[in-house]
Amino acid sequence: MRETFTKGMARNIYYGGGVFFLLVLIGLTVDTVRSLPKTDNSENITEEVAAGKRLWEVNNCIGCHTLLGEGAYFAPELGNVYTRFGESTEAIKAFIKSRPVEGIPGRRSMPQFNLTDQQLEEIAQFLKYVDGIKTARDWPPNIQG
Amino acid sequence: MKYESQGIAKLYFIAAIGLFVGQIVFGVVMGLQYVMGDFLFPEIPFNVARMVHTNLLIVWLLFGFMGSAYFLVPEESERELYSPMLAKVMFWIFLIAGALTVLGYLLVPYARLAEITMNDLLPTMGREFLEQPTITKIGIVIVALAFVFNIGMTILTGRKTVITLVLLTGLIGLAVFFLFSFYNPDNLVLDKYFWWFVVHLWVEGVWELIMASLLAYVLIKVTGVDREVIEKWLYIIIAMALISGLVGTGHHFFWIGTPDYWQWLGSIFSALEPIPFFMMTMFAFTVVKKRRRDHPNKAAVLWALGTAVMAFLGAGVWGFLHTLAPVNYYTHGTQITAAHGHMAFYGAYVMVVLTVISYSMPIMRGKIAANETAQKIEIWSFWLMTLSMVVITIFLTVAGFVQTYLQRYSDEPQSFMAVQEQLTTYYWMREIAGVFFLIGLLLYIYSFFAKGKEVEAVE
Repeated sequence: MRETFTKGMARNIYYGGGVFFLLVLIGLTVDTVRSLPKTDNSENITEEVAAGKRLWEVNNCIGCHTLLGEGAYFAPELGNVYTRFGESTEAIKAFIKSRPVEGIPGRRSMPQFNLTDQQLEEIAQFLKYVDGIKTARDWPPNIQG
Repeated sequence: MKYESQGIAKLYFIAAIGLFVGQIVFGVVMGLQYVMGDFLFPEIPFNVARMVHTNLLIVWLLFGFMGSAYFLVPEESERELYSPMLAKVMFWIFLIAGALTVLGYLLVPYARLAEITMNDLLPTMGREFLEQPTITKIGIVIVALAFVFNIGMTILTGRKTVITLVLLTGLIGLAVFFLFSFYNPDNLVLDKYFWWFVVHLWVEGVWELIMASLLAYVLIKVTGVDREVIEKWLYIIIAMALISGLVGTGHHFFWIGTPDYWQWLGSIFSALEPIPFFMMTMFAFTVVKKRRRDHPNKAAVLWALGTAVMAFLGAGVWGFLHTLAPVNYYTHGTQITAAHGHMAFYGAYVMVVLTVISYSMPIMRGKIAANETAQKIEIWSFWLMTLSMVVITIFLTVAGFVQTYLQRYSDEPQSFMAVQEQLTTYYWMREIAGVFFLIGLLLYIYSFFAKGKEVEAVE
């Protein structure tokens, strides 16, 4: 680099730029958090939904599935599974419940988690709540996720 | 080796390489599960293998960063490490905690692990990359704080250089942003939003500071180029990393229920994120070209150039490929993401740690560089691992394009599983490349033991 561009100038761009854009990120974060209630479907977070989120977590569902596009890419997107399953929590519950313990020979299969009826209801309610989050451009692009 | 306490790095590097092998073995297992769905089912389901694969990566890179810091900081600061004892104790705590966590993943169902570790008291488990039990996370915080304290005291009471100050800033950032992993609200959108404060602000933020400072250190050592020149580059690279990367976090806020303005902000700023990586490539090649000496450790120079190029390709080019919101609308969460993730992590962070190991390990073993045979084998392993990763990335990218088209873009979108079955050929190719990567890694380890003609120091 040229001599007219000194180390001091480079340092000032680093400190100035770093601090400035950190503040911008913080400002945008405050604004985002404030405007979330319009889209985040939080009015539908019941105790059941919260319990369903815990179940989602402690069974590591994200280790195979994506949820709103984030997670692993081994199994289907579940952010819109409620819509895909005909807006039926019963269908979601029936699917999870009927997974064979030993899997399906030669194919990817979901483990049998032995959830109770109450737990099945909670996880289904959680997935229903996630489906109600208003994502930009109504992502995912179609029902297949 | 100028200072005795630098030798502690060896411990960290051996652990890092050991865990690296574990990571790749599980990677190969997962690759096989992609084409033989019932492989190891139900004993090791995919989600468990993936947790082991990604968590081992994070842990061994952290071992690598810590080892690198312990090696270079005493030399830069011109004093012994503040507390060699603390560094050793923390090493064992981190290794044992890491090993227990991975064994927990493998030996008991995840839900049972959550119960045993009392996740209910402070639920933090079950989010991608942050699957560790809460108690392990607390352990990570303690280890990180002790480490930052040790390194910080060494730096602040010794000679301060731009390299050590940038490294320290990166390490403090690493520790601070990890604290967001303890925030896990019931509101999924909030959860996801702040989850990225760990994940993005690590790998597309403060880790870039760490990477750039490590690379700068090795380049000073192997090229003999004036420190002033290198420091100027370092500042401008990390300046661009923060200017683009902080608001660039927005490219993760397109589709998770966050406001629409992120489509613009995320697209524009993350489109700038390749710049610091491109500058790193320019930087590495410029200083190697201007070198004032031919360092006998040719392998280390190759790793340094390699990491600059591969980080630009993996993080820069493959990141840009799907970072614009209109593109990402179709590609989000497909194999394109997997392709980018693989090459970016390998190119930027795996390779920079291997660069420091390559440079420092011979010195810790009492010579300026490894013998000729060992270097030749190490260079072979460089090409084998790097080219395998290129092949893995290419096949995942092709798979991702086909998946995006069939599942998201075509007039009659097909279901996820129906599409996956049509990608089998690409997944097999990826798996074969994965096996070659593992062979490359074993060759790399063998290079530390190979005997041959010693190289001469030309100081």
